Amino acid sequence: MTEIVDILLSASFWAAILRIASPLIFATMGELICERAGVLNLGIEGIMVAGAFAGWMAVYAGAPLWVGVAAAMCAGMGFGAMHALLTVPFGLSQHVVGLGITMLATAAAYYAYRLALPEVTNPPRITPFQPLHIPVLSDISWLGQALFSQTALTWAGFATCGITAFVLSRTPLGLAVRAAGENPQAVEAQGLSVGAIRMGAVIVGSGLMAVGGAFLTMSAFSSFFFEMVNGRGWICIALVVFGTWKPGKALLGALLFAGFDALQIRLQQTGLGQIVPYQVFLMIPYLLSILALVLMSRRAEVPAALMTPFNRGDR
Amino acid sequence: MTPKTPAQGPVLRLSGITKRFGNLTANDGISLSLARGEVVALLGENGAGKTTLMNILFGHYTADEGTVQVMGRDLPPGQPGAALKAGVGMVHQHFTLAGNLTVLDNVLLGTRPLLSLSSGRAEARARLAQLARDFGLAVDPDARVATLSVGERQRVEILKALYRDARVLILDEPTAVLTPQEADALFETLRKMTAQGLSVIFISHKLHEVMAISSRVLVLRHGKLVGEVATTDTDRHQLATMMVGAEITTPAPAKARPGAPLLTLEQVSTARHGERPGLTAVDLELCAGQITGLAGVSGNGQGALADLISGLETPTGGRILLAGEPVADWTPRAALDGRIGRIPEDRHKTGTIADFTLTENAVLESYATTATRGWMNWRDARTSTETIIDKYDVRCPGPDTRIRLLSGGNMQKLILGRVLEAAPRIILANQPVRGLDIGAVTYVQEQLIAARDAGAAILLISEDLDEILTLSDSIRVISGGRLSPAFPRGSKTPAELGQWMAGQGFNHAA
Repeated sequence: MTEIVDILLSASFWAAILRIASPLIFATMGELICERAGVLNLGIEGIMVAGAFAGWMAVYAGAPLWVGVAAAMCAGMGFGAMHALLTVPFGLSQHVVGLGITMLATAAAYYAYRLALPEVTNPPRITPFQPLHIPVLSDISWLGQALFSQTALTWAGFATCGITAFVLSRTPLGLAVRAAGENPQAVEAQGLSVGAIRMGAVIVGSGLMAVGGAFLTMSAFSSFFFEMVNGRGWICIALVVFGTWKPGKALLGALLFAGFDALQIRLQQTGLGQIVPYQVFLMIPYLLSILALVLMSRRAEVPAALMTPFNRGDR
Repeated sequence: MTPKTPAQGPVLRLSGITKRFGNLTANDGISLSLARGEVVALLGENGAGKTTLMNILFGHYTADEGTVQVMGRDLPPGQPGAALKAGVGMVHQHFTLAGNLTVLDNVLLGTRPLLSLSSGRAEARARLAQLARDFGLAVDPDARVATLSVGERQRVEILKALYRDARVLILDEPTAVLTPQEADALFETLRKMTAQGLSVIFISHKLHEVMAISSRVLVLRHGKLVGEVATTDTDRHQLATMMVGAEITTPAPAKARPGAPLLTLEQVSTARHGERPGLTAVDLELCAGQITGLAGVSGNGQGALADLISGLETPTGGRILLAGEPVADWTPRAALDGRIGRIPEDRHKTGTIADFTLTENAVLESYATTATRGWMNWRDARTSTETIIDKYDVRCPGPDTRIRLLSGGNMQKLILGRVLEAAPRIILANQPVRGLDIGAVTYVQEQLIAARDAGAAILLISEDLDEILTLSDSIRVISGGRLSPAFPRGSKTPAELGQWMAGQGFNHAA
């Protein structure tokens, strides 16, 4: 028991939560924007892989870090545009298109990696984002280490959440996005283009997903390897439901999941880890997430037109 | 109201509008013009092309031929945004509101530049309050639309148009979902609007409303404009004849001779499902040889009652008695075994299976009991379907046709045949004539009356009060899941029933 208390008191535990949550926050906001507009984007997992590769590759080729982030975003928007084109004007099944995009984007990233670095067995490293030193705050003894030793990309993730929340609830654009996910007929009858709003939301959302992937290569691990996204995209889909399609709650969900994840890594190294197989620890965040999902999403209000294609002629 | 002469040119002019869907010509060279401050009624049966024409005007559809001019300027086709900007507002028959958003947000949607950083809610709130006062359209701006009544939602739709300074307002079947009192209030609002110079196109197939509100009537039939008259120069009879193209006969049932109760509900309650109310301690008796009409504004528990009688809904309290015997286990099978014939509300979704043939659809309720040792009797099924086709005049290529290819009227005749050929003791007729043309309406109604005279107990659910008043021997009103006492034929005026529909009278009646 004291071991758990020790973990909770260590500053590195809290720093790890913020670090683990960062890619989830970006990608969850991306998915949330898509879904609020009425499009389920199952391409998220593959788009994160593509973003992880594109950002890392750009930096490896000599570009500055922020240009790498932009490259990741562009890659994500490209796949997002493909997803949007197939699901919005063509009205194809969002499940099939999303899974297809995931497979395509993943395979494309691996292929491009092999093309670019045919001989390499050990993935080369880049110099990643460094923790940002915030005057005063970072110097507080325990708190500074726990909360204020993050990279700029993490802070950008939190800012993304704030901006998403503001845009969705306080601006005409956000109102149009939400209405497109609730009743596209209402959007059309008010003279706006449902297609443009939904496509825009999917493209922007996919860009954010890719930045989430890029966080892994450019801030967390500093190199690109296969299977590195490892289901994070699917977690983000669940986090959107957990957050009942609200950015603030989804952010809390990401932090909670990251907390369980940080905890289980540390538990593996305790006395408990000697007795219990490590796979059980790996399961903890997922099991607790499922539990939380069940409890939280019972009264959730799903966007009414989620996954409903809109064709102008039909009524 | 007398027709006003326009001060300048017409506010709106449609010229030679033609729209085809495949082989069907929905609009055939229709021209009309609208003057300032005028209410023009567009009258026609279901499928006559009224809504198509208005959808072209509002930009939902693009016409194959013809032009739309607003205030003398051509309107670019296929752009609702352009129509709104030109001052055309439309209240769709199926409201275009986002239920999860507030009234204010629904009104604001699309009215501000998308990239603006402020929502403009404060000014909008003040403006909305002003409009609501001016036109008598009270509604709480912060209420979520999903929590509003149908009448309130319609006010929101009208406010949406007024907020955008509409000069022309299109109302598509606006009274279909209102109580008579709410309809009167709507007409009051329309009069205020025309007094301020707005012009209104009022789509309806209800003649008395057209007579009450319009200054001019245009009649559409099969996509063609077949007549245009000033309201003062015509009467309901003439309009009806123009609309249908032939004399109309309304069924006049003889006096009923009610027998013993066949289905009795004693203090039955059902659960609420989301926004659909359940029933609260309902007592109902359906007697042999009698049509009981259920009046009410849609969404007040009709669905729950229909599902209950169909066996789809299990009561949470109370008793159900079939011919005086309590039924323990209330299931769809129990309802069928009790010989309850069911004409469902939505013939496409629950009444038929679109890609099944007529034969397959005809035996949907009986295949389990007519099969021999688990094998289907397709030959018998086909023969009995042919009987239904002949007897009920189902116009179709044959019993092997997929039912989705039939018109609504013919689909309904097949369902009617399926129900009546099983010689039911109790018939649940839920909106049996909705969406049918007048010939089919008369046929279905006559068949129901014949079934009544043969001793069936019939529950007729309809949102059309005229239909209830014509056919019912006894009327019950449903409101908020509660039932009014039984009113014998002729004992209540439409206005009195309207008060019950609005929920008045239930407290001291309980």
